[in-house]
Amino acid sequence: MSSIFDRKVFDEIEEAQTKWNEELDRIFSSKPERLKRFSTVSDREIKRIYTPKDVGSQDFMNDLGFPGQYPFTRGVQPSMYRGRLWTMRMFAGLGSATDTNRRFHLLVKEGQTGLSTAFDMPTLMGYDTDSPKARGECGKCGVAIDNLKDMEDLFDGLPIDKITTSMTINPPASVIWAMYIAMAEKRGIDRRVIGGTIQNDMLKEFIAQKTFMCPPKPSVRVITDTVEFGTNNVPRWNTISISGYHIREAGSTAVQELAFTIADGIAYTQEAIDRGLDVDDFAPRFSFFFNSHLDFFEEIAKFRAARRMWARIMKERFKAKDPRSWWLRFHTQTAGCSLTAQQPYNNVIRTALQALAAVMGGTQSLHTNSLDEVLAIPTEEAATIALRTQQIIAEESGVANTIDPLGGSYFVESLTNQMEEEAFDIINKIDDMGGMLTAIEKNYPQQEIADSAYHYQRQVDQKEKTVVGVNKYATDEEIPVDMLEIDEELEKLQIEKNNRVKSERDATSVKECLEKVGEACVGTQNVMEPLIEAVKAYATLQEICDVFRAVFGEYRDPGIY
Amino acid sequence: MGKKRHIRVMVAKPGLDGHDRGARIIARAYRDAGFEVVYSGLHQTPEEIVEAAIQEDVDMIGLSSLAGAHNYLFPRTIELLREKGADDIDVCGGGIIPDEDILKLKEEGIKEIFTPGTSLDDIVSWVKANVKTR
Repeated sequence: MSSIFDRKVFDEIEEAQTKWNEELDRIFSSKPERLKRFSTVSDREIKRIYTPKDVGSQDFMNDLGFPGQYPFTRGVQPSMYRGRLWTMRMFAGLGSATDTNRRFHLLVKEGQTGLSTAFDMPTLMGYDTDSPKARGECGKCGVAIDNLKDMEDLFDGLPIDKITTSMTINPPASVIWAMYIAMAEKRGIDRRVIGGTIQNDMLKEFIAQKTFMCPPKPSVRVITDTVEFGTNNVPRWNTISISGYHIREAGSTAVQELAFTIADGIAYTQEAIDRGLDVDDFAPRFSFFFNSHLDFFEEIAKFRAARRMWARIMKERFKAKDPRSWWLRFHTQTAGCSLTAQQPYNNVIRTALQALAAVMGGTQSLHTNSLDEVLAIPTEEAATIALRTQQIIAEESGVANTIDPLGGSYFVESLTNQMEEEAFDIINKIDDMGGMLTAIEKNYPQQEIADSAYHYQRQVDQKEKTVVGVNKYATDEEIPVDMLEIDEELEKLQIEKNNRVKSERDATSVKECLEKVGEACVGTQNVMEPLIEAVKAYATLQEICDVFRAVFGEYRDPGIY
Repeated sequence: MGKKRHIRVMVAKPGLDGHDRGARIIARAYRDAGFEVVYSGLHQTPEEIVEAAIQEDVDMIGLSSLAGAHNYLFPRTIELLREKGADDIDVCGGGIIPDEDILKLKEEGIKEIFTPGTSLDDIVSWVKANVKTR
């Protein structure tokens, strides 16, 4: 294949561009450019203009091609949004299972097409509400789940055989998933029918989000158990949502988000292959989760580069043959860390721009942050505005009329190429260290992210980067927003509920089930069946996670900064 | 001898909240400002934080909380310092803390609360002006 532009055209462009640049230099010599240096939010320098010269080596069929065709730069499905819009999936979770169930019903009624569950901190860390470590945390940043009864209440009356459910859960992902499967089966819905996603990505927890329980190696072992179990038993489930979102929120650059996320994906793929699974049996159920941050074009380029990189890695490195294994399907959430507590209504605009970038980057599903998310869990009103933002983009703006609308933009194609190249450099470095597990043990990604976060904060403090309403256009005026509060009484009620469930279950059966979980952990048996049995016997989340902690040990934060 | 020692600060993450971007940036800014910094790492109980602060002989504890449990964790830290007779250690806080909670927390003995958008220089200046080496 050859380049789109021939040599003669190139020379003409080069000549014209040189002249144009000289002209600009003349203009700017009397009145300088608006900024000394133009750069993205990730501090990537951006040129005055991009021309065919910047994408000269690009080969249309090999590097871009058509949507639904390798290397999928322009989209994973051939039809993209001409066929079906992205899934509008708003992350929700607050207070008790009953409270969150009410929010789910509201979102479904307002036109949301998939569920997404946020859990509270004790649940995320594998503790019951009555743990001394959980004091003051119940229901604060998500829903509290102690046992199967809570899971039953959470999805009560929701059509889980028709709607897919995403659950943002990591260290105890296997247990929460077991509860979901058990809940479905109690309602007479087969495990082969249910669809959804568990985040289940521990590598990015050690790197960025920092909810952890057991050390990296056994954590990855349990994840591989879920991959194996899902492949054989729950075919419509996405077993890992390989996540860059939290890496970015922790302060990484766009390229670091891209590189570390894909390196995590490589690690999970290798583990599953080492377990003896065929790559084409499990890889189609891996999904991804990215951040959509402030810098519009850089984000679009990131999504496009991610698709192309994953396709190349799966095909060339892991020799996957099924095109579905080459697909990088991803969920996007707008950047929580970009929202400001000051002048909070500005957050609606930020979120709209970020959502637009995600759509123009070809996301499969999207969560748009609410304007008050920087202050507390969203109110119903704020969550509805965020959902309406997606609906306006989808049905009013016209951006979903054509596929990959920025494909062929000299700027976006050039950024896509650059980001792919830089991300592969980082991935090579991680490979040289011996893979992501070793890199994490050496604190490599953690330190890189900390450096980027500090660099950005310094730029904001020195006003090199603008944050509207904070370091520029700030006002002293207080702008009130309604805020949702979680009743402190909830903790007591939740503990009472858990105690009631514990007093009504068969204690002998719970003990036996927990022993079987322990035996699976110690040995090599897949943990999932014993987990499903244990949650059906109403063993609590913490009782099960305590078995994990006893067998595998606990991970402590190395506390680097 | 006789030379005044540097301000010694503990940056601490109480509770289960894993959002440590802010805490780690603050720790770095303190270090760059010439303070001696102890960072607790994540997932510490108030008991663990107070014990470490006394052992490390710090002048101030900076608590960071972004997941809503500050109304329990911050006052509990103050209470434990009092119990141990170490309430000459100043405590300030930072993170996602609603305005009405700030008033209550200050009444409980938290010296200052820094919310999102505060510049690092402002925080460092506040510490220099208000925290005395013990």
